Parts: sequence; structure tokens; C-alpha cells
Amino acid sequence: MQDEQILKVEDLQTYFYTRNGIVKAVDGISFELEKGETLGIVGESGSGKSMTAWSILGLVPKPSGRIVGGRILYQGENLLEKSDREMQQIRGNGICMVMQDPLTSLNPVFNIGNQILECLRMNSAPSPNSLREQAIALLSRVRIPAPEARLAAFPHQMSGGMRQRVVGAIAVSRSPNLLIADEPTTSLDATIQLQYLGMLKEIQALTGAAIIFITHDFGIVARMCDKVAVMYAGKIVEQADVMQLFDNPAHPYTEALLQSVPDLDTNVDLLPSIDGQPPSLDDLPEGCSFAPRCPYVFDKCSEYPPEFSTGPGQVARCWRYHDAN
Amino acid sequence: MRRQLRDYRLPWVPIAVFAVLLVCAIFAPLLAPHETDKLNILGSKIPPGETSEHLLGTDTLGRDLLSRLIYGARTTVVISLVALGTGGVVGTLLGLVSGYAGGWTDTIIMRIADAALGFPTILVALVIVVILGTGIGVIILAVALTVWARFARMIRGDVLSVKTQDFVTLARIDGVHPGILILRHIFPNVINTLMVITSLLVGQIILLEAALSYLGLGLPPGASSWGIMVAEGKEVIIDVWWLSLFPGLAITIVVLAFNFIGDWLRDTMDPKLRQSR
Repeated sequence: MQDEQILKVEDLQTYFYTRNGIVKAVDGISFELEKGETLGIVGESGSGKSMTAWSILGLVPKPSGRIVGGRILYQGENLLEKSDREMQQIRGNGICMVMQDPLTSLNPVFNIGNQILECLRMNSAPSPNSLREQAIALLSRVRIPAPEARLAAFPHQMSGGMRQRVVGAIAVSRSPNLLIADEPTTSLDATIQLQYLGMLKEIQALTGAAIIFITHDFGIVARMCDKVAVMYAGKIVEQADVMQLFDNPAHPYTEALLQSVPDLDTNVDLLPSIDGQPPSLDDLPEGCSFAPRCPYVFDKCSEYPPEFSTGPGQVARCWRYHDAN
Repeated sequence: MRRQLRDYRLPWVPIAVFAVLLVCAIFAPLLAPHETDKLNILGSKIPPGETSEHLLGTDTLGRDLLSRLIYGARTTVVISLVALGTGGVVGTLLGLVSGYAGGWTDTIIMRIADAALGFPTILVALVIVVILGTGIGVIILAVALTVWARFARMIRGDVLSVKTQDFVTLARIDGVHPGILILRHIFPNVINTLMVITSLLVGQIILLEAALSYLGLGLPPGASSWGIMVAEGKEVIIDVWWLSLFPGLAITIVVLAFNFIGDWLRDTMDPKLRQSR
């Protein structure tokens, strides 16, 4: 793995200004990503995972949402200082996104060939013939059978897995430096998920892209990611290398999440769940946002914890590690 | 189920009606057996089929009904094309922008559209008549002024649902310019709706022209328009029934034909249904 930094996010804060007050969707998160590396961002719905992705892409919904602080360094340049036009170019030339729903990622009124060719044309302008060959090569690269015939197919004639692979083919064609996958497998069934994850890995091997993988499935994290960030209420509560996190979860929230993952080897009637609800983002509790649901809660938790190093390559925001440091 | 059973062949009868309408409109002077402004009191009120010279009979002033019908087709086509053309283009563009941009742009455009829909077309026409006087232009203006809002509303609704799909977001991520995104990626998704509204509105516009002329707001009474002809016939409908009947039938048939064409377009334009042929 090359030691080349693609993305560095420092203390990113994305707030929404609503009628009910300020919603801190992303509240001071930091992480780094190197070439060929995969970061998993895990968390419940509404924990700020997706908004982190939108912030990086510079597509935070306006006018209610705004990035109020921090820096996003993409290949050493701060994206937050770029104009809309510059951002468009940066996104077009290096950042790709795979969305949740393969059913709507392709335009229903154009056939597959049209859509792939259009993307190829945006990159370069060789003769139409070689573009067609490139498109066929792309489709066979993502293992679509009979790629030539498929060029004339419309999206609705293909299965979900197929469509997702076409989207993958388009992603490969852009040879991205950074690929953001926002729960790309939620709408696929289990066997297709597996194939699809394999394809993402292949894309990564081909293009050397760094991947941010947004999910709530720890199984996928284990399979795909090099490191993991666990988000809760807009903050990263724990960040670790993937094995370290599974072997030795430091934050009570991570621990609770891992406990609620079903395990084939043990027989349980009822999976453990986390009591209570995630806090509303416009009305966060004082101190640690997980405190109201935390089994280890103690006095100190009324103050928000800083990051404590809890192991090799692992940091967690929890006062339980205060004494150890 | 109905869709599966439906026959996907071209709707020949409505298309034929449309063709006849167009031919009449373009070649009216050649096709009409008589001049429409020639009065002949002695030969008035001839019932249809009585003489071969006046197939559909003559009116109270002795004008040939068939000739007036053929010239009336011309009025109908001109009004429909021009009013729909301007209203359609303006309305579609505003609808696309309104739906895509959202926010204030959307609110402003839609409130204006609501206002335009709120005024009855006949009232709008009355105001224009007061300002500009009567004539074919008045009808076109009155129709265009209200019809654009229907396009804008329907297209906006479609755009709202299309733009939530991921391909729009992905195109934005790729840095596609908003104008290109709207015209190249979103617009093809709403053509279907556009075709259907257009064909349905053709029918309504013909009826509207008929209504306006009937009230005396449109063309001057001597002119040949199906609406005027129905209006003239109503005075004497008991003994000269054919005066209202034939133009009325013409309106009904053309409106029905456009509705059928609209239905057919709706079923064939959708790529999903197209495949099941």
C-alpha cells in the first residue's frame, strides 16, 4: 500500500439551521484516508454518516445546511475554499459516488450503452467506435455477460445486481481517486451483495482508489474495510483499525453495537439491543451524547469526553479511558 | 391487466381524423365546394342530403354548411397549434426550472401558475377583448395565458419525482451543468407527460374556442368557426337542426381523436410498457 494521502478531514462541522434550532449533523469529526485504503463509517440512521459524505462532495443541502468549521483536504487542497465551479471539476475528475439504490442510479429513459458512452465522452474524445469498444470492455470487466447485447438494454430490463454493476462500470471509467459508497448494498439480496463487494474491491485494485464505505452492517465492514469510524449523534466516538475494533471495542456504544450483531455459533433467543433512542440532534444531552443509554455511565459523563488513545491505532471518546492515559 | 390486453397497434382511426383535419385546414379553399361569404336567401335552410350541391345543407342565410365546416377546421388548427405551441414551450420550461430549482423560484412560479389557473379563461378573454377587441389573436392569447400554467404544474410535479432519483444526484456529483442536467437528463423523463397533456389539451382548446366564439368573444359572427356555427344554429335548432349538429359532431370527433392519440402515446412512450409489446 502506498503511503499517499488522498483525503484528510479535520474537525468538520456541518450544521443545519432549522426552525427548531441548530441541528449539528456532523459535529467535529476528523479522519484520514490513504490511497487504496478503505474506511468504513458505521452508525445508526441519522448519526451523520451520509452528511459526512455530502460535506466532502460539497453538496450539503442549501440553504439550511452549512459547513461551519473544519477543513477537508483532498490531495492537499482544502475543498471548503473551492468555488462551486472548481468543486464540479474536482468531483468530475476524481471523486465518485455509489448510491444506495441501483434502481434509480441509472436514467430510466436511456439505454445502458448511451449512459456509459456519455460518461466516457466526458473523459475524452476519441472516435465513437473505440468508445463503444471501451464501453464493452468496461461491462465485461464488471462481469456482465454478453456485454455487447447489454448496451442496448434499458435499466428496467436488468436485475438490481446487474444495474449496480453497470453503475460500478461507470465508476471504473472515471478512474476515481476517492470512491464514496453510501450503503450501496442495502437494496441488494445477500448473494448479490457479496458479488458486489467483490466488484468494489476489484475496482479499488484497478484504480487504486481510496474508498469511504458508509454502512451499518458490521459484516460488510469486516469484509471490506481497513479501518472503521463509529459515528454517534454527529461525532466519531471511536476510530480504529478494523481488527482492533472487532477484537477490542473501546467505546461502550461500539461494544453494544457489536453485541447486537447475530452470531452463527451462539444460540440466543433474543439479541441484545441498546435501550432508549438516539438523541434528537437539535436537543443533545449535556456531555457525552451516549450517556443516557450507556451502561457504564458515571459522574464525569456530564462533560463531553475528548479522544483517548485506547490501543494501537485506536481512539475513543469515553471518560473510562481518562485514568489510563 | 388492461394494459396487457391492450392492442399496441397504431390508432389508425384517430390518426385518420387528425390527417383529414390537417388537410382541410391547409387546402380549405380548394376543398370547399362553395364560398362561405356568399349569401343566398332563396337557397337557405336546405336540409342535408336534399341536393347534391349542398351535401350537408345550407344555413339560414343560404351558406353551404360543408364549406363552412372545412374553413372552420382551419381556425381550429391555427388556434390549437399557436396557443399550444407558445403555452406549451413556456409552461414546460417554467415547470422544469420550478421543479428542479425548488425554494423561492418554485414558490414564485407556482403561485403565478395558480393565479393563472384561478382565472377562468373566459374571464381572461373578456378582459383581452375589452383591451384589444375581438379576433383570432384574442382567443390564442387567452388560451395561451391559461394553458401554460397547466403544463408548468404537471411538468413540475414530474420533475419533483424524477429529481429525487439517484441518477440526478450522480450527474450533479459528476459536475454536470444544471441547464444541461435539466434538458438532457430530466426532460426526456417528462416527455411522456408532456405528450399526454398536449393531446388532451387540444381537445379542451377546441372546446374553449367554440365556447368563446359561441359567446361572441372570439371571431366575428360571419367567420367560419365550429363554435360560431353551433352558436348560430342554436337559435333555430327546432326546424334547422343540422346547423348545430354537424359542427357539434366535428368538435366531438376531433376531441375524441386527440384523446385517443394521447392515450396511445402514454402507453407507448413509457419504455417499460414499450417492451411488453
